[in-house]
Amino acid sequence: MGKKRFVYMDHAATTSTKPEVAEAMRSFLKENFGNPSSMYSIGREAREVVESAREQLAKGLGADPEEIYFTSGGTESDNWAVKGTAFARRKEGKHIITTQIEHHAVLYPCEYLETRGFDVSYLPVDKDGLVDPADVEAAIRDDTILISVMYANNEIGTLEPVPEIGKIASEKGISFHTDAVQVIGKVPLDLERTHSDVDMLSLSSHKFYGPKGVGALYIRKGVEIDNYMHGGAQERGRRAGTENVAGIVGMGKAIELVTANIEKHNEKIRKMRDRLMKGVLEIPHTRLNGHPEKRLPGNLNFSFEFIEGESLLLMLDQARICGSTGSACTSGAPGPSHVLTAIGLSPEIARGTLRLTLGDANSEEDIDYVLEVLPEIIEKLRAMSPFYKPAAGM
Amino acid sequence: MYNEKVMDHFANPRNVGEIEDAGGVGEAGNPHGDFMKIFLKIKDNRIEDVKFKTFGCAAAIASSSMATELIKGKTLKEAWDLTNEAVSEALGGLPPGKLECSVVSREAIHMAINEYRKKQGLEPWEEKQQ
Repeated sequence: MGKKRFVYMDHAATTSTKPEVAEAMRSFLKENFGNPSSMYSIGREAREVVESAREQLAKGLGADPEEIYFTSGGTESDNWAVKGTAFARRKEGKHIITTQIEHHAVLYPCEYLETRGFDVSYLPVDKDGLVDPADVEAAIRDDTILISVMYANNEIGTLEPVPEIGKIASEKGISFHTDAVQVIGKVPLDLERTHSDVDMLSLSSHKFYGPKGVGALYIRKGVEIDNYMHGGAQERGRRAGTENVAGIVGMGKAIELVTANIEKHNEKIRKMRDRLMKGVLEIPHTRLNGHPEKRLPGNLNFSFEFIEGESLLLMLDQARICGSTGSACTSGAPGPSHVLTAIGLSPEIARGTLRLTLGDANSEEDIDYVLEVLPEIIEKLRAMSPFYKPAAGM
Repeated sequence: MYNEKVMDHFANPRNVGEIEDAGGVGEAGNPHGDFMKIFLKIKDNRIEDVKFKTFGCAAAIASSSMATELIKGKTLKEAWDLTNEAVSEALGGLPPGKLECSVVSREAIHMAINEYRKKQGLEPWEEKQQ
């Protein structure tokens, strides 16, 4: 028997570092270890490459380099945006609006702020995971200071009406933040022209073929926000800490590569994704979660009745297929994710959820392999379930 | 997360299926948690054959598989006294927080044994206070 094919379909979790990215980083992990704040030659060179990367990010986002602040990743960027805005504007008001399907890096800072005297409205979403801009408008109060809505959901892939919500926030003078971690290289962004109502935007390098441990927060000029990391004068006095030079260089290269030809790339991924979707939906008692059209090009999220997510993932892993689930079983008590709960899935259905996210690592052969293996695994697990009655069910 | 033995019993579970003329049938769990159904074939007070069906995580499936292996050929009393800890131990240990996933096996075995006892006109055994 030949070696089983290795199929990576978890690009929403992380991506492989592109070879060009690793190559760009190499000398800053080896020969040039200079601190960008040092005045001598290797320090100056490190400073220069950090600033070039800032320009690459600015170009990729349609922003000014002075609006880019390097961080340790998406979580820090989200924390900074939410808490930094809340504390900077607390004299104007104590109310924050966000959604029930945000990443925990936004939700938990909001919950923390509630323990510090802030009020937070967590807006519901419809069955496809969409936030209604009218709900945002209706939730606004005189003391609302911040609206934070993610650009695309990491689990179900639904794309939110960010430009519309941004416009509503802007008209009322409310700061608007979006967690764009999942959309870099997938949705064309131009913060000067098409997204001029976005005040802050979070991104994370390892989600777009850059290294882990580095990200950025875009902060529009003039936007009020407190510092989050206090210490040295790095990032123009806004974010302390010696720069992750190699990481920043890698992220700069990565954004340059992924924003070069977004449409062509999306088309290729979408084509594979749609074929996989069609094939998987042929399995009986299967549903697709998330919006049928307004979704990330590589995202698929299915719920299989009579299936338990962890068992499914481990079976897939035995076939060398990497995916993820939206429910975790601890102590026999299943916990469907907050996102699956927010779109109204019952715990029974949510329990059998599988997310497959496609990207650069995938080919048409991967789709063939998953379509061959997945139905067999589902059948095997269902045959083991005391609830499944094939004769009655089909 | 899981050791090799657990993975083996999960990927190749022993005794999966049903017994049509089972002497005792038991089930335990809840529909959106782990759920196990067990079928016992009993002869001369011994478990001659056992089959199960389980819906649940890898720990629940592996525990079901191991529990059925451990009670096969045993007397009803021996089967009744099987503990979650013994199942977990036989599997080389379950990860923290996953021991709970093995409780359905014991509960289902108890129910099946008592169903059999009732059919025989015997008093059902009582659960010991934990």
